[in-house]
Amino acid sequence: MKQGKQSWVFVNKPTIISTGVTGGPFEAKGKIAEEFDYLHDDLWMGEDSYEKAHRLLIEEAVDIALQKAKLNKKDIDFFIAGDLINQLTPTSFAARTNQIPYFGLFGACSTSMEGLALSSFIIDHNGANYIVTGSASHNAAAEKQFRYPTEYGGQKPPTAQWTATAAGMALVAKNNQQANLPYTIYATVGKVVDLGMSDPFNMGGAMAPAAADTIFQHFQDLNIDHHYYDLIVTGDLGKIGRSTSLELLKEKGINIPEDKYQDCGLLLYNEDQPVMAGGSGSGCSAAVLYGHLLNEMKKGKYKRILCVATGALLSPLSYQQKETIPCIAHAVAIGIDT
Amino acid sequence: MATNSKTKEQQKYEQLEKKHELKRPVLKNCVKAFFVGGLICAIGQAVTYFYIYFFPFTEQTAGNPTVATMVFFSMLLTGFGVYDRLGQFAGAGSAVPVTGFGNAVISASIEHRTEGYVLGVGGNMFKLAGSVIAFGVFSAFIVGIIKTIIVQWSGW
Repeated sequence: MKQGKQSWVFVNKPTIISTGVTGGPFEAKGKIAEEFDYLHDDLWMGEDSYEKAHRLLIEEAVDIALQKAKLNKKDIDFFIAGDLINQLTPTSFAARTNQIPYFGLFGACSTSMEGLALSSFIIDHNGANYIVTGSASHNAAAEKQFRYPTEYGGQKPPTAQWTATAAGMALVAKNNQQANLPYTIYATVGKVVDLGMSDPFNMGGAMAPAAADTIFQHFQDLNIDHHYYDLIVTGDLGKIGRSTSLELLKEKGINIPEDKYQDCGLLLYNEDQPVMAGGSGSGCSAAVLYGHLLNEMKKGKYKRILCVATGALLSPLSYQQKETIPCIAHAVAIGIDT
Repeated sequence: MATNSKTKEQQKYEQLEKKHELKRPVLKNCVKAFFVGGLICAIGQAVTYFYIYFFPFTEQTAGNPTVATMVFFSMLLTGFGVYDRLGQFAGAGSAVPVTGFGNAVISASIEHRTEGYVLGVGGNMFKLAGSVIAFGVFSAFIVGIIKTIIVQWSGW
């Protein structure tokens, strides 16, 4: 049901019945390594290209989510997912393997919440019984496409972010009143915001206004404030984007306490890992939410959270043509009854 | 919005964002670049002397084998995954010497090995270094012409 300008209310509480989270070697040394279902110890993952390894990450995450829920691929109505690579080949090739009817999404690093919002809407309106949704990224495949070769000795500035090698998939189903399973409450669909930032080595700074815009609109549409949530977590703003968006929200009269406003890009890695301003990539928010944060909710740490995944909608070509970076943020509210 | 003129809102945001931006440690980077770049050049100088003392090269002709040797070292370090870490530490210090040029060619070749030798390695080898070669050769050509003209006119 639509409410306000940009938001949906999910009256039937679509439920996330299981998740599958896979990652790479760098994530295995991170802060939340034990919350991944499967971690590879090598970026190649036994495949002969990074793009194929990327596809494998997605396939494994889907398989794990299905195994946990004891469901077959045939039981799944839709697969709604995406990644960062041109023409979404890793996700589409994974859809070729799993043979689930498929929608490919591109929202850069906001894909995880774009998929969860759409899946929840479809389930909420009886459009499906089971949907697998999520997103993924692979560090070396993304670097190859967007930046420089992996072994190139260019110096990255401290504003740069580290693309995560991770995939996070969630199995969304109709609510059958089972306790201790997270369900979606609201979603706010973001609009593209561009405040003229053009440095691809400072994505956080470019994406912060989009996050602030969506959070502001979310509160407006649903007539709530930050007290409704135990945690507001952004996709991958990193250090710079996080503090910038907090200040932007303050200007708009929304004062979220520091400790309640976290960022997936800062939750994924340890302080001593060389990730500059923090993690990023479409797998980052998916892995942190579907791995770490939902576990914390099941343990009772949070009752309601708002996940705001942010995406920078640029391409290497648009950057070379001196275009600024348009950004988007999608928010989904998740709750749990214990 | 490909235009350079920014709206008021964009300018205001730029100022706000600047406050939160992590600055490049320029002075620290310069010092690191100076010492690492200097070290690489010192090694290059040692290689030059090596060719002069042990082989029949002169100070004028030892340049070519020295460059080849330095690029070979750079290739090993790139292949073993060391040069990109050195680059993050040293910045221009490891990018400006010829070893940085070697790294740019070799890293692109390794990266595109998965697309085959012809379309991958051959086609992408000069993806980063190509413009260095193009503009390097072009500016050498211009400088050469200027020199020739001056030499001809002044009748040296």
